Amino acid sequence: MIRRHIIRSTAEAGSGHPGGSLSCADIMALLYFHVLQMRPQDPGWQERDRFLLAKGHAAPALYAALAERGFFPAEELLNLRRLGAILQGHPDMTRTPGVEASTGSLGQGLSVAVGMALAGKLDSADYGVYALLGDGEIQEGQVWEAAMAAAHYRLDNLVAFVDYNRLQIDGPVDKVMSPSPVPEKWKAFGWRVFEADGHNIPGMNTVVRSAQEAEKPAVIIAHTVKGKGVSYMEDQVQWHGKAPDGQLVAQALQELESVQEVTDDE
Amino acid sequence: MSEGAETKWPNRLATRDAYGDALLQLGAERPDVVVLDADLSGSTRTGRFAEKYPERFFNAGIAEQNMINMAAGLAVGGKIPFASTFAIFATGRAWEQIRNTVASGRLPVRIVASHAGLTVGADGSSHQALEDIALMRVIAGMTVVVPKDAPETERVIREVVDWPGPVYVRLGRAKVPVISPKGAEFSVGKGEVLRDGDDVAIVACGVMVAESLLAADRLAAEGIAARVINMATVKPLDDDMLRQAASECGAVVTAEEHNVIGGLGSAVCESIAETQPVPVRRIGVDDVFGQSGDPADLLHAYGLTADAIFEAARDLVKKG
Repeated sequence: MIRRHIIRSTAEAGSGHPGGSLSCADIMALLYFHVLQMRPQDPGWQERDRFLLAKGHAAPALYAALAERGFFPAEELLNLRRLGAILQGHPDMTRTPGVEASTGSLGQGLSVAVGMALAGKLDSADYGVYALLGDGEIQEGQVWEAAMAAAHYRLDNLVAFVDYNRLQIDGPVDKVMSPSPVPEKWKAFGWRVFEADGHNIPGMNTVVRSAQEAEKPAVIIAHTVKGKGVSYMEDQVQWHGKAPDGQLVAQALQELESVQEVTDDE
Repeated sequence: MSEGAETKWPNRLATRDAYGDALLQLGAERPDVVVLDADLSGSTRTGRFAEKYPERFFNAGIAEQNMINMAAGLAVGGKIPFASTFAIFATGRAWEQIRNTVASGRLPVRIVASHAGLTVGADGSSHQALEDIALMRVIAGMTVVVPKDAPETERVIREVVDWPGPVYVRLGRAKVPVISPKGAEFSVGKGEVLRDGDDVAIVACGVMVAESLLAADRLAAEGIAARVINMATVKPLDDDMLRQAASECGAVVTAEEHNVIGGLGSAVCESIAETQPVPVRRIGVDDVFGQSGDPADLLHAYGLTADAIFEAARDLVKKG
């Protein structure tokens, strides 16, 4: 459902980032339907778990999850990126219910999540703070400033995901500017590191429970496929920041429909 | 400082010291106040708060971008963060973090930066922010305050705690004359007429307010009555007070320890050009970088003096 919303909303908007939204669709489904404790009718509920989309360009995936959880009507998704819409091209906390912090400029989100986790600690609150980063995003130096700070302040209430889809706008991440070895880097910065299939929701759910138990900040490196679920988008870098149109929309929705049926049968 | 300052105002205090004291008081009164620094807590004086309230102090290390966004996250979590480092790093290094996360989210982060301007002194150009007012002023929804002395700084800090949205407060390293009388008020967005006159208006902020008052003394000796306005809030600007000053005085001199491009002088020009256009002269750093030196010597070398304000004002009045 999240995937079909992504296709419909970006197609309707005529722009957006379907590739990196589809790659993290299962992570969003995991978080919004299995992990995050929240009250859509009361977005400001003090005890809610906090989620922050550091890779803000995957906003269509976040909006789809928020709509499906009832933060706003699903019809709003078709106003994505329109003048006056509550759904901006990148997440805007001043406009969209359920968006905890404005993001979109890569590299900043994890620092904000660290601040949110510090606030939780100060209040002795039970909520967890979750953040989703892109694999290209971790090229930003500030991510590592934040990683250092999270370990320094022993933020065991912080869980980060890296959507490891191996592609960024200019090409393969390893070719543009390799962040490898990724797990070793997080380990060296003092984090508990987990790896998971980013399209296996039950598998990731088990990993998240372990990450929550960690005595320090935890990162889940979720191995994903960019454009997952739409055959002509999978592993194709040109679908990073381009919306489908015409026949391609119908094809994508049809493919996702059949996947949905298979999933439903399970 | 120019000649005559020490006799006129024998007390000298640094605005950053007043900040350190104000934070200590706030710490006792407001449990939601938290403080961040980037390895300069001794210099910015946030160290005093850190010592008293270690659980509410977060040192980001030498990582200003992370500090600003951690402050944003703490604000999202319901805290009132004061984030401090030197002005050049707070506003330059972390500009985009302030713009995209703090200001666009209208988050109540208070960026209180010390070591602004030439009066940093011997550390030289790399540490002398001459652009910070411009960099902060251009961000939508940002409030920009430049206190003139230590007592005003204390009142500013208390005033901005609950001010909506982000705030930038510009402080200095050097000890500067205490001009404010005891109990003087400060309101965000309100200018302060320190001396009345209707031949020329001098609009200043920060350390240049004292220089402006000295200039006004000299102008008076020549029969020129200068109105001196302390425009501590550079944004939102007190347009009404400026329009009235322009209308009644007919000429305006601005004075700031900042590049003349983009700072108080620019803000004043933008305002009165649209409401009450009159001739303006801007005193400030003339689009060059600073250098190492004694603070007072630097102010003289770059023409940030009572003399320069006096001459600019006298010329304007003569032409008028």
